Amino acid sequence: MARIPVTDEQLIERYGPHLNQAPPGGWNAGLDFDKVVNTHCCFCGQQCGIRLKVKDNEVVGFEPWYDFPFNEGKLCPKGVKRYLQGSHPDRLLEPLERDPSAPGGFRTVTWDHALSRVVAEIQRIQAAYGNDAFAMLSGVSITNEKSYLVGKFARLALQTANLDYNGRLCMVSAGAANKKALGMDRASNSWSDIPLADVVFVAGANVAECAPITTSYIWRARDRGAKLIVADPRVTPLARTADVFLGLRPGTDSALMGTILHVLIANDWLDHDFINAHTLGFEEAAAEVRDYTPEWGSKVTGVPADRIVEAARLWGTSATGMLLHARGIEHHTKGVENVLSCINLGLATGKYGKPGCGVSTITGQGNGQGGREQGHKCDQLPGNRDITNPEHRAYVAQVWGCDESEIPGKGITAEEIVEAIHAGEIKGLLSICFNPLVSLPDTKFTAEALDKLEFYANIDFFLSETAQHADIVLPGSLQEEDEGTTTSAEGRTIKINAAIDPPGNARRDWEILLDIARGLGREKYFGFSSTREIFEEMKVASHGGTADYFGMTWDRIEDEMGIFWPCPEEGHPGTPRLYEGGVFAHPDGKARFHPVAYRPPAEVVDDEYPVWLTTGRVISQYLSGTQTRRIGPLVEQYPEPLCEMHPRMAESLGVVTGDIVRVTSRRGEMTLPARVVESIRPDTVFIPYHWPGRQAANQLTNRALDPVSKIPEYKVSAVRVVKAEGHVEIRDKRVTALEERRRGDG
Amino acid sequence: MGSPLIRGNMFVIDQSRCIGCEACVQACEECGTHRGESLIHLEFVDRGATPQTAPMVCMHCEDPTCAQVCPADAIKQNEDGVVQSSLKPRCIGCSNCVLACPFGVPKYFALPDQMMKCDMCYDRTSVGLKPMCASVCPSQALWFGTPEEFADTRRGELMFEFRFGNQLVPTKVATVVNDRSDGPVDPLAEPPSRWQDDPFGLEEAFS
Repeated sequence: MARIPVTDEQLIERYGPHLNQAPPGGWNAGLDFDKVVNTHCCFCGQQCGIRLKVKDNEVVGFEPWYDFPFNEGKLCPKGVKRYLQGSHPDRLLEPLERDPSAPGGFRTVTWDHALSRVVAEIQRIQAAYGNDAFAMLSGVSITNEKSYLVGKFARLALQTANLDYNGRLCMVSAGAANKKALGMDRASNSWSDIPLADVVFVAGANVAECAPITTSYIWRARDRGAKLIVADPRVTPLARTADVFLGLRPGTDSALMGTILHVLIANDWLDHDFINAHTLGFEEAAAEVRDYTPEWGSKVTGVPADRIVEAARLWGTSATGMLLHARGIEHHTKGVENVLSCINLGLATGKYGKPGCGVSTITGQGNGQGGREQGHKCDQLPGNRDITNPEHRAYVAQVWGCDESEIPGKGITAEEIVEAIHAGEIKGLLSICFNPLVSLPDTKFTAEALDKLEFYANIDFFLSETAQHADIVLPGSLQEEDEGTTTSAEGRTIKINAAIDPPGNARRDWEILLDIARGLGREKYFGFSSTREIFEEMKVASHGGTADYFGMTWDRIEDEMGIFWPCPEEGHPGTPRLYEGGVFAHPDGKARFHPVAYRPPAEVVDDEYPVWLTTGRVISQYLSGTQTRRIGPLVEQYPEPLCEMHPRMAESLGVVTGDIVRVTSRRGEMTLPARVVESIRPDTVFIPYHWPGRQAANQLTNRALDPVSKIPEYKVSAVRVVKAEGHVEIRDKRVTALEERRRGDG
Repeated sequence: MGSPLIRGNMFVIDQSRCIGCEACVQACEECGTHRGESLIHLEFVDRGATPQTAPMVCMHCEDPTCAQVCPADAIKQNEDGVVQSSLKPRCIGCSNCVLACPFGVPKYFALPDQMMKCDMCYDRTSVGLKPMCASVCPSQALWFGTPEEFADTRRGELMFEFRFGNQLVPTKVATVVNDRSDGPVDPLAEPPSRWQDDPFGLEEAFS
């Protein structure tokens, strides 16, 4: 029974989101603190260094960490206010059990009761329906150690094949393409290569809002004279300053990249020596784009042909160059192909393995890079090993001290798990740090699936919208309440230090998993007494895999301000730049071109749904908003979703900024205020996805998956937009908002 | 002409790099001397037309208009040339300064009935730390360091003068310009035309 126990309003009244506005004790509580802890921001894959100020086991503020080399003190607004997620009125402090008669729909229970119930339900469901009928969903806001533990826990404690994670909504298209083409899944460079590039090509990455500190790296390149190319359906805050802007139609990325490859070939802007010595398959890739002339590319993408040629000229004739891409090209049914089409541009011009050269994804989630290596993907074992490979299985079984046959096979992916729940094939679920009700496409379908679960247990620190459906909620730990490591977008493994202990009866996530494993009688595999012990086993388990952490120690990671994997043996300096000398990670050392034929997205506009919808993020919110929708100053910055549309569309609809519009797709509809801006294509609307319920952009998005990576196509749907009733004032000037607040105070 | 301000460091604004993220606004209120009140300004220039935003710290004018118009003589510069918030015992809360400042910097606060303004985080800069806003700024549109560091790492030239109609305003804070010989920064001048006028090639692609 996993329906919400009481009404939305009752849940919100009791569990929030409420807004934390000021540090513990208020702004005037003084500036005293007991200690300052060097650690990292919990929001986004850049993992900026930050110093948290602590007093009486509460985080009371921060100080820039100027010495940490990645960000040198820089922070985005989420980083500045991240400390306000602590000491929060919504923080879960006790285990909860669903009880429609209790205020807020949950009653407080003891840990013994909660854990016993979880164990009993797992055993009941698995006895009745088989082990794989109980699934686990994980997240990559958690550390490497916890990611590793979850992978081992699901395989050896739950003994289920059906474990996957919310990285499935993030970097998997890039990961799959990197493995196919280059033999390894990691950003090709440390970010220190970006300032060395003569051309920076940003494709489908809203760098300013989703990876803000990367902006400074791009400007450092431009201070040396580098040119900037940006491909995006919107003029993002960084795109505004670009030398060449390619304002493409959503879903046409591989057509754009294919046309650029065509132009590179037509003008012989190629590195033939590199192609011959270090790659395979150029001829096939070239044949595929033979007809992708600038005129054809312009017709498909909507970008003026001369701009495509100019982008190709800059990329092809610059001695060095970095191509940075993100969810804008990866959240597609062609996500893997889009990334491969970018890699083709890097290989054709020899832009790999040299200073200022590379093609890198900008990983989005906090531990999006490290979390995708430690084995909590459905097809993966630690060290980025393959769960279907007998040698890989045998190695990990030996580290785990189990028989190889005890490790389940390949499971299904996150969206497929939800579909299997909906189909009645999966009956029970345990999740940690994942809010699929907000973050998966087709919200209505996800909610229907959750309602069908016989039992759902959720580990989290706030009652997320998904946790509202749980039978048992286990209060886990915030990032600052535990220690461990994460691996940033650069591939830099860094140390997360505990600033405080979990409050109340909340517990560290890994301790909760160990207790469940004990209840299931599998304690022999989980004899850990600290996070450091998990790290020590994890690095052995990673040894010999592509993501090899074996040479790292926590002390070295701290002393050296991070270590880039692979770091295969003790004393190894780590590997900031991959593929030096054109040596790729495939056994023969060669990279692979892939022929990429353009094909349209899963859903295209038509007479009934004539407008493209694309979704994304805003600077002040993080992913499904479980944390950032509870931080007052961040909510104030962008309080609710707005539908961005071009003045031409607005005029045809009779809409001005602030008018409420109704946006309808084949999945659902929502009403929200319009923001009329010239910074978006006239055939496209944009809605950010951080909000739940009737404000969820994912009510509209399409549950179509990439055939390889199984990432959903968040970036392209067909919708209808009409004017609805109502109008709101949209505050474009923060200073006005502050004055209003003061008047309210007065 | 302006000179480095505090312990050899100067404050530089390059408005063109601003990404509107508001990290500066959020960090400003974390400052030790005005907890919970952000004194920096950040606005869209015209959100309908462009995502361009503009951050505004105090420019620390050599001869500050805010101090000139203060009937209570409550606004002082310190020995480093930093223009400070009003002196509480003198400030009469009249908001003359708020209206007169050509940059719109001073803010009047009903509580505690006083004008407060950016003082370049003097509590930090006087002990060798960067101001909060320039510390966190992800694009380094707000920048703090020595003239040598700027010359070595940044493009553009530094201008220490603004022109508002007939008023020439020398400032301690520098503004980045393409060519200093173009003369003082004129905020009312027409911006140069670039591809932003037609970012999507509408005449071509959507005609």
